[in-house]
Amino acid sequence: MTLLGTDLGEVAEFAAQHAYLAGVPLVLGLLISLPLGWLALRRRWLYPPVIAGTGLLYTIPSLALFVLLPGILGTQILDPVNVVVAMTLYTIALLTRTVADGLGSVPDHVRQAATAMGYGPVRRFFAVELPLAVPVVSAGLRVAAVSNVSIVSVAALIGVSQLGLLFTDGFSRSAMGPIVVGVLACVLLAVLFDLLILAVTRVLTPWLRAVRA
Amino acid sequence: MIATIWAWLSDPTNWAGAGGIPAQSLEHLRLSLIALLAAALVAVPIGLYVGHTGRGRVVLVNVVSAFRAIPSLGVLFIAALLLLPHLRGNLAFELPSLIVLAVLGIPPILSGVYAGIEQVDPAARDAARGMGMTGWQRLWQVEVPCALPLICSGLRSSMMQIIATATIAAVVGLGGLGRFLIDGQANRKYDEMAGGAILVALLALVVDIVFSLVQRAVVSPGLASRGRT
Amino acid sequence: MIRLEGVSKEYAAGRPAVDNLTLEAATGEITVLVGPSGCGKTTSLRMINRMIEPTSGRILIDGRDTARVPAATLRRDIGYVIQHAGLFPHRTVLHNVMTVPRLNGWGRARAEARAREVLEMVGLPGDFGRRYPGQLSGGQQQRVGVARALASDPSVILMDEPFSAVDPVAREGLQDDILRLQAELGTTIVLVTHDIDEAIKLGHRVAVLRQGGVLAQFSSPADLLAHPADDFVADFVGRDRGYRALSFQHADVPVHPEEPVRLGQPLGRRSEEWLLAVDDGSRPQGWVVPAEVGEGPVRVEHLHRAGTVAPVDGALRALLDAALSSPSGRGVVVRDGVLAGTVRAQEVLSVIQQAPRPDGASIQGPESASATGQRP
Ligand SMILES: Nc1ncnc2c1ncn2[C@@H]1O[C@H](COP(=O)(O)OP(=O)(O)OP(=O)(O)O)[C@@H](O)[C@H]1O
Ligand SMILES: [Mg+2]
Repeated sequence: MTLLGTDLGEVAEFAAQHAYLAGVPLVLGLLISLPLGWLALRRRWLYPPVIAGTGLLYTIPSLALFVLLPGILGTQILDPVNVVVAMTLYTIALLTRTVADGLGSVPDHVRQAATAMGYGPVRRFFAVELPLAVPVVSAGLRVAAVSNVSIVSVAALIGVSQLGLLFTDGFSRSAMGPIVVGVLACVLLAVLFDLLILAVTRVLTPWLRAVRA
Repeated sequence: MIATIWAWLSDPTNWAGAGGIPAQSLEHLRLSLIALLAAALVAVPIGLYVGHTGRGRVVLVNVVSAFRAIPSLGVLFIAALLLLPHLRGNLAFELPSLIVLAVLGIPPILSGVYAGIEQVDPAARDAARGMGMTGWQRLWQVEVPCALPLICSGLRSSMMQIIATATIAAVVGLGGLGRFLIDGQANRKYDEMAGGAILVALLALVVDIVFSLVQRAVVSPGLASRGRT
Repeated sequence: MIRLEGVSKEYAAGRPAVDNLTLEAATGEITVLVGPSGCGKTTSLRMINRMIEPTSGRILIDGRDTARVPAATLRRDIGYVIQHAGLFPHRTVLHNVMTVPRLNGWGRARAEARAREVLEMVGLPGDFGRRYPGQLSGGQQQRVGVARALASDPSVILMDEPFSAVDPVAREGLQDDILRLQAELGTTIVLVTHDIDEAIKLGHRVAVLRQGGVLAQFSSPADLLAHPADDFVADFVGRDRGYRALSFQHADVPVHPEEPVRLGQPLGRRSEEWLLAVDDGSRPQGWVVPAEVGEGPVRVEHLHRAGTVAPVDGALRALLDAALSSPSGRGVVVRDGVLAGTVRAQEVLSVIQQAPRPDGASIQGPESASATGQRP
């Protein structure tokens, strides 16, 4: 099957690779941002350096990062690992501040009540603070997901296989079809990610639905 | 590896002439600033209008998040394919890219300006109205100064977006530091690619620092000391 | 004088927030609008400076129809104070206060001098001017809000729950300052509150509004307490209004001579009763039990300080309270801080009993039973 002169089977394959390159870093970035954000919040003096440091990551243009990482990691330039690492760094850059602010938005009286009930700091984090921060963190995650999907396509310039290849391929042949299909596929993928995160958030925050209902 | 990159960076021939490092840095900066200016000219008035009147905020929020999902590389190519045949000379390489840079730079400014105005303390706005300020006076004397922190961060992230996209735009012929990455890639010269990448990262960093200094200078200390001292 | 003539406001057709309100706020007085939440107080107030345009009716300030004056011009002549002060966070306290004079075209130097003057008047001298609002306490911010309203010396000030976000102690201070400033400057003030105590303390005249912006009663505080117009007002004014009304009643109460003991000196006599201790200036310090003092001098540790002290010409409420709160049953009264004697609760009560009664309060019909708050 083709659309605008583009083989849809190929598009599906690219889309799967694209989803992997954008999705895995999302999970990794979240796992790293949680402790980082928590630290930044708990140790006040760490907040400015951690937030500024992760913010700096975001100033590095994506193409530059894709090019530099092989030199730093010792990987081949075509290795998808470069893209995964780069996207993870961007996710951390976006999420750490959100996590810190989200955890910070948990009301003090809730935290103190949990402590008074005998929760240790670690259990309190998982049982009370993290669930209550879910809405804020999820909002940050949605931004990161959408921007990841868009940035991953840049990796086509260094030849990593994903939807971005439709752009370079179309441009080299002066064919508009593949580029338009690629853009549509990217947007569709971003929307799917967004919906997935929304659904997970809903499952994780039953109390919000209960209040609204 | 590091030695070869350093060798490339310190080679005087790479610093000379129209395609040299200083010239391309300036070119990158020039193109980015033009795009930022164009983006701001569109985004700031719209953001102020929506923030001040509250009209069209749903549209604005949705447009901004939709824009985020559009892959910049794809639109660059589309713009190039559409416009290249109709343009001649230098303009052919610059205009399509500049348009895309400016368009992609709009959403961060738009949401920064809008959110900045939106979050101004309603009591302060109410007081401004109650003491007899006209709409303009409220906007310029109260809302904009109070929104400056968010307006500035909107401009900063717009500039970062533009610098990054300008790098990519070398692939459709735009000048600037992206040339080293794209040309190095074409010639299979990793030292040139990596050197260019380092330069772009540095440029972005320096610009961000300069912007943050400007922000510190223009934002009232009363807004920084939000909490208590 | 501010005159509302048949003013109505309907946000949604058919459900008026303010309904045909006619009211006069006299020049040089504090007029308080009070009522339960959502009854249209804020709407009524904000129609005066045209922050909200009335659906029908007229509002006149000194005979001039406000609808004929451009809104911004009108507002620059009217001070405006709101709940959270609404200070501009990006301007220093001084510049906040300079805002309206500058809007009115004053020069910088003149505006600044005036700002310092009014800041001084609200008790925020010198150094405070350089601070930003974020560096002030809530009560101080509210003072700046008042100063900002005073800065251009308006003849009218509107206040919407100006002190309700301030802690009770700071609130008392602010209320006292408003009373003092108003008396000094003779400004016409219209103040909105939902706190009936604040209304009674501050208002020369109090307008009680009921749901839907209907005027339930408009009278002096004393009158309001003595003659609630109907069940709603009676209920709103509260249960202990009979007692509170004594704040407005003055009468001669028999003052008994009191033989005090002096702090730092031995008792000098035997007694089974409580004795009043005074300092060297004859100012009452507290009560002592002779058995606890023994032979030595009266020391501070011996003092029982439970009783309140009333001025000899004070309101009946203060006198009665002094008697009721005193451990000895003898209420201490002073003249200019110096012991004048003591009063007895029974005697204050019998004065109250003989005082002219607000008619209606003594009628015990079935309807007024609920009007006096004695609900089942
Ligand atoms: N902008 C508006 N649009 C629609 N309805 C409004 C608006 N403003 C106020 N109302 C309604 O008008 C009524 C009166 O409101 P208003 O703010 O005057 O009450 P209030 O007496 O000041 O109450 P509170 O003590 O809670 O401040 C309320 O029922 C309110 O819901
Ligand atoms: Mg109100």
